[in-house]
Amino acid sequence: MEQVVHIALLALLVATALLIVRMRSILAVVMLSGIYSFVMASIFLVLDAVDVAFTEAAVGAGITTVLGLMALSLTDDREKTPAHRPILPLAVVSITGALLLYAGTDMPLIGDPDAPIHGHVAPRYIEETPHAIGIPNIVTSVLADYRGYDTLGEVGVIFTAGIGVMLLLGRSTRRRKEDEE
Amino acid sequence: MKDLLILRVVTKFLIPFIILFGLYVQFHGDYGPGGGFQAGVIIAAGCILYGLVFGLETLRRAIPPSIVQSLVAIGLTIYAGTGFVTVLMGGRFLDYARLAHDPAHGHHYGILIVELGVGITVSAVMLTIYYGFAGRGAGKAGG
Repeated sequence: MEQVVHIALLALLVATALLIVRMRSILAVVMLSGIYSFVMASIFLVLDAVDVAFTEAAVGAGITTVLGLMALSLTDDREKTPAHRPILPLAVVSITGALLLYAGTDMPLIGDPDAPIHGHVAPRYIEETPHAIGIPNIVTSVLADYRGYDTLGEVGVIFTAGIGVMLLLGRSTRRRKEDEE
Repeated sequence: MKDLLILRVVTKFLIPFIILFGLYVQFHGDYGPGGGFQAGVIIAAGCILYGLVFGLETLRRAIPPSIVQSLVAIGLTIYAGTGFVTVLMGGRFLDYARLAHDPAHGHHYGILIVELGVGITVSAVMLTIYYGFAGRGAGKAGG
């Protein structure tokens, strides 16, 4: 049964991706990328990665779609048809895709308990979290405690992005308002 | 969108629940799925929904951009500040065990505090980006 759900969701994902490539209307592309994120969130949910699914649904399907629409209102709705045939990009994408498929055959199966990633620090996190940290959600304990430095860095990245947008977009509106006055 | 009555009523009804759900995700992240990042995005989404339906200027009056801009820095300061507090209390940087008598409680408090910092910065940055884009559209995009 789970196989059927996986195949259906992955087929939807591929169909959405193909449509995004084919579409020339940017409005449709923004909406489709929202759908793509939502299907992706469902796949994470089926894989039991609830925290990741939550983030994907909130950021990918929610905020990114709104910001895409906002950006769209500042520009044209139609994508320009490319003047030449994109042979070189197609070749690069095909070669990269083939290499990834080739490398993927060496990957451990999803959920394999003997996969290298499960033998490193993960058992310690799972054993220690209930009594050393005292909270049931291991994902939160890894994010905010064991990997606290990483998360501090991530917040720093978000902070920098916010400051960048503030400086680039915020100032020009203020200047325009001063001009109007 | 200001003249659509049903949209206005439904939005006004929904926004408190969205913010409440955001707060639940924020402060329940240690027990259920979620945490500061998701909560920040949900709260920002509630505010952006208000801005989309009632217009950018109404949202600006409710949540002034100057406050949002300082919140961007306050969140990061809370996170990094927790690290320095643990150093002052004799531990290493972000060594939450020092925050309480019982190390496990200290870890729990530490996680709650830094997640709050993450939530504040993320929601403020999302709103800043929205203000930045919507402000350029000269009200056309906001209403």
